[in-house]
Formats: sequence, C-alpha cells, structure tokens
Amino acid sequence: MALSSAALSSAFEYAPAPESRSVVDIAPSYGLFIDGEFTEAADGKVFKTVSPSTEEVLSEVARAGTADVDRAVQAARKAFAKWSALPGSERAKYLFRIARIIQERSRELAVLETLDNGKPIKETRDADLPLVAAHFFYYAGWADKLDHAGFGRRTADGHSGANPRPLGVAGQVIPWNFPLLMLAWKIAPALATGNTVVLKPAETTPLSALFFADICRQAGLPKGVVNILPGYGDAGAALVGHPDVDKVAFTGSTAVGKAIARSVAGTEKKVTLELGGKGANIVFDDAPIDQAVEGIVTGIFFNQGQVCCAGSRLLVQESVQEEVLDALKRRLSTLRLGDPLDKNTDIGAINSAEQLARIQKLADTGEAEGAERWSPACELPTSGYWFAPTLFTGVTQAHTVARDEIFGPVLSVLSFRTPDEAVAKANNTQYGLSAGIWTEKGSRILAVANKLRAGVVWANTFNKFDPTSPFGGYKESGYGREGGRHGLEAYLAPSSPEGKR
Amino acid sequence: MSTEQQNRLSVFKTYKLYVGGKFPRSESGRVYEVTDSKGNWLANAPQSSRKDARDAVVAARKAFGGWSGATAYNRGQVLYRVAEMLEGRRDQFVREVADADGISKSKAGAVVDAAVDRWVWYAGWTDKIGQIVGGANPVAGPFFNLSTPEPTGVVAVLAPQDSSFLGLVSVVAPVIATGNTAVVIASATSPLPALSLGEVLATSDLPGGVVNVLSGKTAEIAAPLAAHQDVNAIDLTGADAELARDLEIAAADNLKRVLRPQAVDFTAMPGTERLTAFLETKTVWHPTGALGVSGSSY
Repeated sequence: MALSSAALSSAFEYAPAPESRSVVDIAPSYGLFIDGEFTEAADGKVFKTVSPSTEEVLSEVARAGTADVDRAVQAARKAFAKWSALPGSERAKYLFRIARIIQERSRELAVLETLDNGKPIKETRDADLPLVAAHFFYYAGWADKLDHAGFGRRTADGHSGANPRPLGVAGQVIPWNFPLLMLAWKIAPALATGNTVVLKPAETTPLSALFFADICRQAGLPKGVVNILPGYGDAGAALVGHPDVDKVAFTGSTAVGKAIARSVAGTEKKVTLELGGKGANIVFDDAPIDQAVEGIVTGIFFNQGQVCCAGSRLLVQESVQEEVLDALKRRLSTLRLGDPLDKNTDIGAINSAEQLARIQKLADTGEAEGAERWSPACELPTSGYWFAPTLFTGVTQAHTVARDEIFGPVLSVLSFRTPDEAVAKANNTQYGLSAGIWTEKGSRILAVANKLRAGVVWANTFNKFDPTSPFGGYKESGYGREGGRHGLEAYLAPSSPEGKR
Repeated sequence: MSTEQQNRLSVFKTYKLYVGGKFPRSESGRVYEVTDSKGNWLANAPQSSRKDARDAVVAARKAFGGWSGATAYNRGQVLYRVAEMLEGRRDQFVREVADADGISKSKAGAVVDAAVDRWVWYAGWTDKIGQIVGGANPVAGPFFNLSTPEPTGVVAVLAPQDSSFLGLVSVVAPVIATGNTAVVIASATSPLPALSLGEVLATSDLPGGVVNVLSGKTAEIAAPLAAHQDVNAIDLTGADAELARDLEIAAADNLKRVLRPQAVDFTAMPGTERLTAFLETKTVWHPTGALGVSGSSY
C-alpha cells in the first residue's frame, strides 16, 4: 500500500524531546555583582529579562547606572593590587577551578542560556558550554607561562620577553548572541594575565553572567576580581568612558565600536573591538556539494544567523548555482524550527522583539530592491520572536541585503565565474571578519585564502572555534584578536624598567 | 684654482615630494622656508595640500597588491638595497641631519650610521616576523589551523618632529617591511632628510608608491589622511597630544588601526611593536580528515 505524501511525512514526525527545565533554578530577582556581593542598583532600577521563545518573564534584574559602574570599577581597582601580585600558578588554579565548575554545571547553564537567549539546546549543550569551559582551561594554563608569551619585551635593552605586566581594570561589554561564550572569551584571558574585570552583559541576556558570578563564589575567587553589571547601553558607555578603566574590550555592532573608538581617543586605554561582519561563503564548482550545503546551513543558520562571523553572503560558481540552490532548498525544508528546549530543534527564537523587527525590515528592503525571497514551508509559533530561514536570490553587490549585516537567518546568494571574481566580490565589503571556501583543490584553497581580507577563513568547513585559535577581523570588523596566544596581548603591557613592576 | 672655487656658485636642489615613484612639486604650488637651527635658510620645501595627500593614498593603494604579494625574501632584499644606497649617500645625509637636528657633523654621523643599521635590522625582519607572531594552533578537533600575519594595508605615518632621520627611518621601515605601503608626513620643521630619503628609495628597487613622502604642515596633511576611507592605519608618532586625539577620533570612522604617540628613545633597540602594530592575523582552518581512532600500526 502506497502512502500519501502527507501520511509519509507524518509517519516520520519526531516526537517532542524537551530538555527538562528543572535543572535550573531561576530566582525571581537578581542584583548586580559588585565586590563579591549581589547588590541593588544605586538608583533602585530594575528590568525584566524574558524568554524569547515564549515571552515569559524569567526574572527581574537590577539595572546598573553610572554610580554602580563607578562602584564596580573601584572594587576592581582595589582587588587589582592583590590579584596581579598573586603568583601566576595561583591565578591558574582559580581559573582551573572555574573551568571545572562550568563543566560540572554545564547542563544547568545550557538550559539557562537557551531559556534566556532563545537558541536551541542542541547548540548551548554541544557548542557554547564545551567552548566556555575550554576557554577557561586554555587561559588557566597561560597564567603561569606569560614569560613565554612574547609580550614582555622591553625596548630599552632588547629584553627577551620575561615579565609582562597586566594593565589594570578591564571594562568589558559583551553581546547577547553568545552570552556565556563571550563572557569566557573576555574574562578568561583578563584574569589569566592578572587584570581585574567589570563586565556588562547585554540587557536581553543577563542571566548566565549572574550565574557565573555564583561560580566565582564557588571557586573562592577573591572579591572584586570579577564584577558583573547587567544593564543597557548607558552603563556600557559609562564603563568604557570611566577614567579608571585601563582596558576596554567590546564585542557588538560596528556602529557602537566606532563610538567606543572615538570615546577612548586621546586616552591611555588599550582597546579591542570585535564587530560586525558580512562573511562570504564561496562555493566552487568542484566542491563536494552535499558537504558544502551543510556548511552553508551552518554558516548562516547556526544561532539563527545571529553570529558576527556568519556566512551571510553565498558566492556560488555559476556552473553549479542551480544544483547548489536546489540542494540547499531541499535541506532547508528539513530544518526544524520551534521550541529551543526541544533537543530536535535546529532553529530557535530570535533574541528580542527589537532584533526581530530589524531583521524583518532588512528582509523587506531586500524584496523592495528586487531580490527574490524564498523560505521553506515553515509554521512559526504564535508567541515569541520568530523568523523563518530565508534565502535571497538574484542579489547584486549593490543590494542592501548584500552589504548590511542582517544578524538573522537570512542568506543572500550571489554568483561568480572565476576565482578572481569570487575574491573581488568577497572582499567588496566594509567588513572583514570571516569567509568560507569550498573546493576539492588544495592550491585553490590556499590561493583564495591568501587573497581574502578576513580574519578567519574556513576551508571546507565553517563556524569552527577553538580557544587556541585567534579570532578577529580586518577592516571595520574591528581590531585585536581574541583566543590563542594573541588573545593575551590585549591584556598585557611590556615589562617596566627594573624595580618598577 | 682656489680663487675659481671660491667664486663658484653652488647648485641648489629643488626639494620635491615623492609620490607614486615620481617627484612632483606640491599640487598646490606652495612652498615654505626650511631653515637650520640657527635660522639660516636651507631650502624651500613643498607645502603639501589635501590633494597631495589623497594622491599619495591612491599611489599607496595601487602599490599595495604587488608589495604585499611579493615574497618576504624579496622584500628583505629590497629593504637591504635601500640600506646600501643610504650608506653610499652617507655624506649627504650627515650634512642634512646636522642642519636639520642642529647637531655637530660627528654626532650627525652617528645618527646616520644608526639609521642605516636600523634599516638593515628591519630588512632582516621581513621573513621572520611570520614565524614569531604566527603559527599552527593545536585545536581540539580534526582540523588543521594556521595563523599568519598579513599587512593591514595603507598606513599613514606621521614621522617624529624632532628626529629628522633616525626617527623617520625607525617609523617607516617597519611599516613596509611587513608588506604595508606608506604615506609619510615628514617632520614639519626638518623635512629635508625625508625628501632626500625619497630619492634613495626611488633608486633602490622599491616599487613606486610603496613609500610616499609629503612635506608641509603636519596637521594640515594629517587631517585628510586620518579621515580617508581608504587608509587602513595611522601612526601618530609625529603628532602632539591634542592633534593625536583629534586624528584618533577621525580615524574611528573606518576603524583605522592607530598607533598612539609615545615617548620613544630612537637610539635604543626597538622591539617588534612597530612591526606588529600594522599587521592583521588571519587564521585558516581545514578539516584533516582524521583517519579514525584505530591508531598507528607501529
């Protein structure tokens, strides 16, 4: 008996496989974490954090203001003297403790992150949390080996590299797309090098950073070494502009990055910026098509496309364009969108109503400018913030969807004929964070990778991260690198003259 | 014979800019008086305009592909060739530096020697910096992954005001050693050694446009460079604190890499900071196709 196609598809429906919420205990309210204590904001302000997939209010969180920023910076300054004077091997042990506790509590943190951010549990469980722990492990090991990192050079006598020193208080502002992972990228190298930290998580995703404050408590980290200030852009600006902050680290939009670059002009503050991107994912005609399609999907639909290094521009060689697009559309039709806590979910919720509105507006602009829009048949949940995976074909380099960072699950497809044309089109952007190359020809990988103006190039893979590997952009994607030995540099100054440690 | 020599009128040199491998006068047609430390007239130097600055950026951009694409070995050879040419013109530079910096001939001789040695030092860095700041990353997965430094692009360099030659060489050589191209603003009061350096570069196998030398008012030339959307980085060594702040703000518009001014003793051995300040790190990943967990048969 032949099954109708409707019956066939229902025959292969997955049963829901929700991860339990009971592993995480979210308090009805949270304070700021300053000098080892949870405390209310000086002006008593609070804000609500909601679950993007249900719009359920998860908790009420204290909202940091200027006075709180000042208090936290002073706490970090006070803690700096002792923390920076600790032997590196002791700092290392604190970081190893933190790494271990993160591993122990990873299920709890994964569920929490999924609730607060809206990303699938599959991603928090299998990508975010393992990487968070790995970053603390990696930088823990550096804490007592800084003499070998090569940043302690002294100009006066050509000293070989021993004894680099920390900068002081690091003011760190992180985005909502990878709340805990970005925290790890910022805090682990800062602490390993002997700096103390004031970190402002994004206003839509403050919870995992506050849970991290509890991890610091469990690890016995001295008071004031890590301070967490949930808040909005005003708190971030106050932190970046605080005269007693020595180092600014920011991950977020290029527009804010430029504002930060202006605000630190003329100061001694050291700055690193990880900003936007419009990554090109280049598929050559000899690419393994099925693998490339998986890579395209990972490149733009991982974390709902809310990734600065997303492969949001697909550049496909004209001779295989049809084949690739057909396969891609087939694959997109199998993606499952819905409850992020369901272990079978591929695409979760957009992080906030504001972000959803931005994505919708840019997608509408794409249509208005004449690009052709396509999405698989996809039912969106009735509550929460959702956007179906979307392709634009017939895109030219001048189109807004080919130029502006959308930061959502929207892929713009362009074509090319020759490798030179692919490189020219890939580089035709203000950004320079990431790129992908798909081809079976090794020499072409190396030649193209060489010519791409991007900080990370993935060949025959995409969106791979590792704590040992420097990450960061060219051009307006920002400056500085995070990860690897390079990630230490932003937190270290060359050793001072004798006797002036 | 001796009376003839006394009566002989020396031949003055018209100092010109060095842009795109050529020696233009300033587009503006302006010049300004350059004097020695005692106020004696030395020459009329071109007073560069905004247009000269923009032309220099165009030349530097045009040269970037070829220079950054040259092998590190080749760049080292070219830089060393510059040192050879400098050594050959030692007397000229000693004279110019003595006048420019207001120091004795013997002190100027030491300065020029140090500058030549500095240039040689940087020539040797071209094919080593990648090994110092790059490398393979031991990722936790079946991937091959390499980080390599690459030049950031066109760098605007404000040469130090008070070290007309050793300071100049110390800020220009590291920029081009790594494959960047440069638009250099010479010391405003003592531009002549810089303009003469242009003549040396022109005869040293250095492709035209890799280094472009402008003279004039530092603030006037630097402003359009700091705001220029096709300049990737700016070295503010020759700016005072107020100008440096203004230029850093302008540079934020396209997130130029900025090297802030700092007290530098140019006679001391430099570290790698001026090399790395204008480098990007590119990390390239590829799957290794790990052969499984069965292990080796050995």
